[in-house]
Amino acid sequence: MEAVQETISAKPIVEIIPEPVESKVLSGSEALLDALLIEGVDIIFGYPGGAIMPIYDALFDYKEKLNHILVRHEQGGIHAGQGYARTSGKVGVVFATSGPGATNLVTGLADAQIDSTPLVCITGQVFAHLLGTDAFQETDVINITTPVTKWNYQVTDANEIPEVIAKAFYIARSGRPGPVLVDITKNAQIQKFDYKGYTPCKHIRSYRPKPIVRPKYLQEAAELINQAKKPFVIWGQGVILGSAEQEFKAFIEKSGIPSAWTILGAGAIPTDHPLSVGMLGMHGNYGPNVLTNECDVLIAIGMRFDDRVTGRLDKYAKQAKVIHLDIDPAEIDKNVKTTVPVWGDCKETLPMLTALVEEKTHTEWLAKFTEYMRQEVAEVIQNELNPTTAELTMGEVIRELNELTHGEAVIVSDVGQHQMVACRYAKLNKTRSNITSGGLGTMGFALPAAIGAKFGALDRPVVAIIGDGGFQMTLQELGTIMQTGIDVKIIILNNRFLGMVRQWQELFNQRRYSFVDIESPDFVKLASAYGIAGKMVDDRKDLAGALKEMMENKGAFVLEVMVTKENNVFPMVPQGCSVSEIRLK
Amino acid sequence: MSNQDTEKQEFNITVYTENQIGLLNRIAIIFTRRKINIDSLNTSPSEIESIHRFNIVITESEDVVRKLCRQIEKQVEVLKAYYHTNEDVIWQELALYKVSTEVIAEKVSVERLLRENGARAVVIRKDYTVFETTGHREETDNLINILQPFGLIEFVRSARVAIIKDSEGFNAKIREFERLEPGEDVIENEFLNDGDKVFTM
Repeated sequence: MEAVQETISAKPIVEIIPEPVESKVLSGSEALLDALLIEGVDIIFGYPGGAIMPIYDALFDYKEKLNHILVRHEQGGIHAGQGYARTSGKVGVVFATSGPGATNLVTGLADAQIDSTPLVCITGQVFAHLLGTDAFQETDVINITTPVTKWNYQVTDANEIPEVIAKAFYIARSGRPGPVLVDITKNAQIQKFDYKGYTPCKHIRSYRPKPIVRPKYLQEAAELINQAKKPFVIWGQGVILGSAEQEFKAFIEKSGIPSAWTILGAGAIPTDHPLSVGMLGMHGNYGPNVLTNECDVLIAIGMRFDDRVTGRLDKYAKQAKVIHLDIDPAEIDKNVKTTVPVWGDCKETLPMLTALVEEKTHTEWLAKFTEYMRQEVAEVIQNELNPTTAELTMGEVIRELNELTHGEAVIVSDVGQHQMVACRYAKLNKTRSNITSGGLGTMGFALPAAIGAKFGALDRPVVAIIGDGGFQMTLQELGTIMQTGIDVKIIILNNRFLGMVRQWQELFNQRRYSFVDIESPDFVKLASAYGIAGKMVDDRKDLAGALKEMMENKGAFVLEVMVTKENNVFPMVPQGCSVSEIRLK
Repeated sequence: MSNQDTEKQEFNITVYTENQIGLLNRIAIIFTRRKINIDSLNTSPSEIESIHRFNIVITESEDVVRKLCRQIEKQVEVLKAYYHTNEDVIWQELALYKVSTEVIAEKVSVERLLRENGARAVVIRKDYTVFETTGHREETDNLINILQPFGLIEFVRSARVAIIKDSEGFNAKIREFERLEPGEDVIENEFLNDGDKVFTM
């Protein structure tokens, strides 16, 4: 120790080179856990089983350094990993055993793949000599997960572990992030080998996480923007994934361009920013949808023109010149033909673009958005947020919640009507505040994701907003909340229907309500069985008080709010229609 | 979009990859997910040690093929994916034909037909003879028709192998690609020949 002190004082810190690690004998499992520590992992969501037992045995000695959260189902584990990655910006780590353990991860992998969430999933596998023999709990995990992972690899020899784990973390977090799965056979977990230390991966010759930035295209983009009379920015999660929130804000503030968010881009800048004109998409705001087809230059930043955003493609922004900033070259021209492609990480490209654009205000053009918003408030929002009917609406719950959170909370939503309402109306002041399953639309996502989200943002309140349907898909994770004592607030918006499907059946299937009538248990009693505080509200006069009680409660809380049974989410761009055909009722 | 973009025709996709288990599946599912049939698929080493190449033939529009190549290139272990029309490549397929030796020996015309079609005998046994020919699909197909009346016992054709006509080949193509498409700077291409010195598996 003294010798080290001397070295530090003798030389400037930058010149200190880590001493070569002496080779030592470790098991594959120990090498794995060592690698996780060096990668900065401090939490793992997992569930043990036969084929991953050697790793769990090693984990017993790492308890102090690696916090393992025992979930109640592997799907819950991976959604928690996703929630953690989304709030913390770090890689989520998930453990599962072979066979059913691994197959239970598939939904979460698909969700993380389509929403670009960085994950490293470690699955146990049967002994290498048993591969292909239909051994107990053997499944072909690599082939099952290939379409839903950014990369996957099967380790059969412990010597491979340090290099493979280094590669896994590098791939998961670099470029356009995504889920990686490493399947480790039991023999490799047990095998002792000559461990020569761990070197994080920084380069793979066949993998280029970031395309080089081409100044020519930036120049062209800036020219289009400077000439534009009605420019419109649409941004997505790329801004958040690239940690480019400040750069993005500086760009729109200098250029004065009205900007709308995709569901996963929400919160990159505060929702009440004067240039933030609302949400895009099927249940987005009126102005952003209609004016997409009136703008002259459309600037898409870190978004991928999902069909729920574009509606009918051959009638989408045909009048506009399109500038597309994206880190993934495969996204350029995939759905919408671009006039100017700006390849690259928007953390790098946005400041370069900001430097080239003229300082402007687009007062008249911005006023158009305000005018559409005024109509939307009159036709939709007023009734949703301040209803005069006897029954409660989902919107007023979010409005009351905003009063308490002041936009500081992380809002985790499930999938369906409540998700659209939450994403439309939740006030968000901070980035990494809107956690939802955007691309895959995974019901059952919110409860486990909220657990992970809280572990990823311990200093912030986390509120899960879930429907009565989605809650019943992963409610076993109440057990995880009970055991960890994690402080997650859960609002169940109960309309006693699978609301979004019912809405479509009402609008498009002549009210033929086919299997959308869902019964629920007494959620408050259920919470109580898990030792979690709870309350049910079905009267407006009790709502604000109950929400306050929930937020002030020490520890988790389940608040069930009985809302109108047959309410519809509007505005709506019906499937197969153009964004101009958005309906207010 | 021009006609050339939307009209279906044969495209030769060349993919340069690391040699890794499971990569074939990763590439194949890019096609199957979109319900696109792979007409022909060949894997082989390339001129650079440790780098493999796939030759894939599909019948699609250029617009679709361009998007497919970007999806292929997105795979971690894929270095580059190119596509070319049949006019841009030199390509060959190899075919084997098994015919009864007795028939060949009896009919002088068979020998002449084989010679005319550039076929040569690979194996001659008492009971049968195996001929081999290489060429384009029409040429190998033609020989089936010719041999059919003489009791063709068995026929097999290989996948297509194709080389681009451009004289500088792969390395020149990479530089061109660097100008038109995204990519890390040219320096990275120096890694191509470095094999074990760079981080790879």
